[in-house]
Amino acid sequence: MPTSAAHYLYDEFDAAVVADRAAEFRSQVERRLSGALTEDQFKPLRLMNGMYLQLHAYMLRVAIPYGVLDSEKMRALATVARRWDEGFGHFTTRQNIQFNWVKLKDAPDILDHLATAGMHAIQTSGNCIRNTTSDPYAGAVEGEADDPRIWCEAIRQWSTLHPEFNWLPRKFKIAVTASDTDRAAIRVHDIGLHLRRNADGELGFQVLVGGGQGRTPYIGSVIREHLPVRRLFSYLTAILRTYNRLGRRDNMFKARIKILVATLGAAAFARDVEAEWERVLTDSVPSDFPEEALAQIRARFGVVEFETLPARSAAFEQARADDRRLARFARNNLTAHKVAGYVIVNVSLKGDGVAPGDASAAQMDALADIAERFSHDEIRVTHEQNLVLPHVKLDDVALVFASLDAIGLATPNIGQIGDIIACPGLDYCALANARAIPIATAIQARFTDPDRAELVGEMKVKISGCINACGHHHVGHVGILGVDKKGEEFYQITLGGRADEKARVGDALGAALPFDQVAGAVDSLVEAYLRERLEGERFIDTYERVGLGPFKEAVYADAHPA
Amino acid sequence: MPMLIRRDAGGAFAAAADDRPVPPLAALLDGDEGPAVLLTVEDDLALLVPLLPRLSLVALEFAKYRDGRAYTTATLLRVRHGFTGELRAVGDVLLEEAPQFLRCGFDSFAVADGSTPEEWEAKAHAHRQVYQRAVDGRTPVFAERAPVATPA
Repeated sequence: MPTSAAHYLYDEFDAAVVADRAAEFRSQVERRLSGALTEDQFKPLRLMNGMYLQLHAYMLRVAIPYGVLDSEKMRALATVARRWDEGFGHFTTRQNIQFNWVKLKDAPDILDHLATAGMHAIQTSGNCIRNTTSDPYAGAVEGEADDPRIWCEAIRQWSTLHPEFNWLPRKFKIAVTASDTDRAAIRVHDIGLHLRRNADGELGFQVLVGGGQGRTPYIGSVIREHLPVRRLFSYLTAILRTYNRLGRRDNMFKARIKILVATLGAAAFARDVEAEWERVLTDSVPSDFPEEALAQIRARFGVVEFETLPARSAAFEQARADDRRLARFARNNLTAHKVAGYVIVNVSLKGDGVAPGDASAAQMDALADIAERFSHDEIRVTHEQNLVLPHVKLDDVALVFASLDAIGLATPNIGQIGDIIACPGLDYCALANARAIPIATAIQARFTDPDRAELVGEMKVKISGCINACGHHHVGHVGILGVDKKGEEFYQITLGGRADEKARVGDALGAALPFDQVAGAVDSLVEAYLRERLEGERFIDTYERVGLGPFKEAVYADAHPA
Repeated sequence: MPMLIRRDAGGAFAAAADDRPVPPLAALLDGDEGPAVLLTVEDDLALLVPLLPRLSLVALEFAKYRDGRAYTTATLLRVRHGFTGELRAVGDVLLEEAPQFLRCGFDSFAVADGSTPEEWEAKAHAHRQVYQRAVDGRTPVFAERAPVATPA
């Protein structure tokens, strides 16, 4: 069956924006290499285009708008990994990808190559509006008010090189979901948008503001229950303008919008925004996109041409009955699709001995082939650093499993204890206080028995190597934060954090533990959970019912000196 | 003294000489009756608004080019307060930021990096397409695209 593109492909106008920005960056790099620009002058310019100087080399962060890839884009990423990096790409918690070993002189050629596939690094760093993130199951799950990708793409266009908001007090991140089940972590973003219909059936956004992680975690506050969708950009303008004017610029650790919202109070901040919004609506240059602009974007997305299939696939049922590994993969890595006969396939990038989120060039090329053949040419990146094949026929699941297995990407651990988010940590990052990936590896090593991991079930472990919280430890069911104590790595454990529609920041378990006791402590937490849990309870449910007590006792009673 | 570059109504850039004093907002509030004012990012725009009708030059200071507050101030002066006089960027004014200056309604630039009118002219055309409406009145991409037959 031919696959039909049902995602936004760049037209000549989008291509011109990308090409001109790439040319501009080439000229900036040339001037840096010739010495015409000093590193101090160049730094903010490269940062506006995703180019970081890390511990060992330059890192280039490439935007994957709202986490949507197709085979052409994935192959372009594979080429970058193979030709200009050391053969790997690292998918991030922001649904983007990072190349950790690029050379500055190659960056312009990399961007030119990416541009051929409609990709770029625009606003992947800097104090501007960053890549908008969304639900990796968008368009594939039941119950969405609308397709959130359409609104994410509109936000991408509106925010790209926005002249007023390129030098904000700090970086600015927007997340959009159209589901009541929040897979986009909208409550821990600068702005969270929940697309839904009101009692009259009209489409609008519930607007949350001031969520965030980092050193001072906050859960976002609702400042508007129903924003008519056609007013999205005037309202965003009002929020950004208020933040641009009032956000702190004297201390970069207090410059995010969450600090402003917390300082003013959400109600007062909302009043400021509403007052500004009223004036924005009468400004002589309208901020809202006309309906026509939104219709253009919607039309360019097209519609996936699903086949009419029975809800049950005899071929799939037979295959899983015959193959225990396929059966396990099916239990753990498949999610129900809105269309009968289809399923969402989750691809774990958390295999044994691999840094979370890493994929090789060969794996990326193979994934492109798999998506083209089996998933309507679509791949999504999740904020949990995994990939998703959103539209797979049940009939094809066994083939997809075999194809993934052949490239080492059939790890059946989605949502389980081995599906860990970890930042690069001290091994790669200049900011980190402690290693993160070796902690993840040590935990995974204790749960290599898939039966035990499956028995434990959903348990989200998130590890950050410093208080900047890139590993999202605040919202881990088990959060692990690396700290430096007199030159030694210690780890603080928190429990009960979550990033979904019931988002909350985790509670501190107790005194920090040395490196070699962390994996054992997680094991103790698991044992305590298995003792305490009631029928059908996940780790997070048990924790919310019983609280810290039994877990604290388990860890600190067991944490004997090594 | 930094070179002053001015963009004329036709969009051409040229070096300009301007010896007019540009007093701070406090001086105007104290009774200075001149036609020009210098606004820092700490100044309250609301205090300036009543004085705008008699002003022909508003200079907005960029103490650091990374401090983007003056882009909002410039936009508000143009789209909300109807200021049509000269809007000048002073302070840490860099060629690389030219596209934003122009889109937010600035039309003169006391440049800090020795850049030339020719370079500003080139940088003004660095981005052939823009996605959003702004003060400069450029046609955004959505107005260039072919209309969709049936709006959603």
